[in-house]
Amino acid sequence: MKLIGEKGVQRALMFTAFSAISALLLIALFILSEGLPFIFRYGIKDFLFSNDWVPQQGRFGIFPMIAASLWVTFGAMVVGAPLGVAVALFLSEYAPRPVMRVIKPTIELLAAIPSVVYGFIGVMVLAPLIREFLGGPGLSLLGGSIILGIMILPTVISISIDSILTVPQSYREGSLALGATTWQTIYMVTIKASKSGIIASIILGLGRAVGETMAVIMVAGNSVNIPHSPLDSVRTLTANIALEMSYATGMHRQALFATGVVLLVGIIILNSIASVALRKRMVKK
Amino acid sequence: MLKKIIVLSSIFTIGLLIAGCGKGKTAITMAGSTAFQPFAEKLAEQYMSTHNNVSITVQGGGSAVGIQSANSGAAQIGMADLVILPDEAKALTSVAVAKDGIAVVVNPKNSVMSLTTDQVRDIFNGRITNWKEVGGTDAAITVVSREAGSGTRSSFEQIVKGIVLKKEALIQDSNGTIRETVANDVNSVGYLSHGLINEKITALSLDGQACTSESIIAGDYKIVRPIYLLVKGDAPGEVGNFIDYILSPEGQQTIKANHLLPVK
Repeated sequence: MKLIGEKGVQRALMFTAFSAISALLLIALFILSEGLPFIFRYGIKDFLFSNDWVPQQGRFGIFPMIAASLWVTFGAMVVGAPLGVAVALFLSEYAPRPVMRVIKPTIELLAAIPSVVYGFIGVMVLAPLIREFLGGPGLSLLGGSIILGIMILPTVISISIDSILTVPQSYREGSLALGATTWQTIYMVTIKASKSGIIASIILGLGRAVGETMAVIMVAGNSVNIPHSPLDSVRTLTANIALEMSYATGMHRQALFATGVVLLVGIIILNSIASVALRKRMVKK
Repeated sequence: MLKKIIVLSSIFTIGLLIAGCGKGKTAITMAGSTAFQPFAEKLAEQYMSTHNNVSITVQGGGSAVGIQSANSGAAQIGMADLVILPDEAKALTSVAVAKDGIAVVVNPKNSVMSLTTDQVRDIFNGRITNWKEVGGTDAAITVVSREAGSGTRSSFEQIVKGIVLKKEALIQDSNGTIRETVANDVNSVGYLSHGLINEKITALSLDGQACTSESIIAGDYKIVRPIYLLVKGDAPGEVGNFIDYILSPEGQQTIKANHLLPVK
């Protein structure tokens, strides 16, 4: 009985693990099989670098969308990374443990808020503020960056806190014993020791920002336009797919799958960088 | 342990039974035009209150989605508000169930009350970029439009010929979100179904004609399109019954009462 149970559990877990991996592989294969033929037929240079996205006339250049996705992600990093790391440092270095144990789950609650609610707040609160104080239509690159920055906070904060807490207490004690203040210890010792983990948290947060669709459709304005200022309206790669997939046929549909391929490649690159950074942290210990 | 198993299984079974309660009804899905969607929902609600054996769900997505869903079978009834139905709809049976005007709308705080068709064309083309060029305040015009698959957009661009939408125009994905955007931005201009106008936005007069039900029926207001329901083959059974209901005096009265125009 015990032996069967043991082997049975092992096989069940192996089966579940393989199902998860195969689901991932199947999704990747499906997107590639729909999108790659289009890229080879249309020409990868025209696809990635042309400014014209006019599906009705057979022109599928996604450069404005790539620019928009890059800018929105960069903006999200500018908003979310400093804020997130600061909160992580406060919670792990300065706040008393009971406070941290209450605040950390509350911040993780931010991750549970549906993205459409973020988009709603962006449209109702943020866009009018931007329109009134900074000008432009309000539904803009800036609005998208701010909302995305807030959305990636839970990821950045959680992983950064975990990373900071793994710094051995002996490092801090050594620094304090040499006469450094808490802040000097933080920026000269703790941050340097947890640097890989913090960078990994930011990159994972960016991965979420790149893939975000609903909030961006509602807040960023969706014009096919290379942004010249943060107040310009933009359309990201994800928004492009979501806006047009439901009715696209033929080559248009394949072009959208090809956009998915570009997104997939981008996210794989981002996550690989993150996992290399995380592995560096492990090796250090 | 046994008690836990019994309780959990009963909850599970009851849940399944409740979920299964929807069965036995004919399910009809309508998808497509966001202009007609609120009216379809009202009509569906009325129809379902007197016909318990039918369950109708209404989705949006735009006219192109309506045509595609009807073709693929994803929806039994596709809704499209287009002046001319495209080639993809040739294989479907189309029934006109209502008429609708497209109003060019601005924020109530905008002092501009009327425009000519040429001015509308130039605004959406990006040739006119400031409200002061058409008699308003000195402010940049924010143009709001729909995604390419929208019937409202296709009809608007077909009737007001010569529009190549300017690149900086904001794109929203339904009549409702255009209404919200224009209601929130003093300097914006957009277009949406006449039936969806409320006190949050103002419909402009076009070439001296106000966008009212009377002027549309009289033929004076020019931007008008029919709303088609598309079915594959001839409408069988409950689908046909529902479409007949919409075309009946009761259905058309509901359409009229909600500020859309009856087809007759």
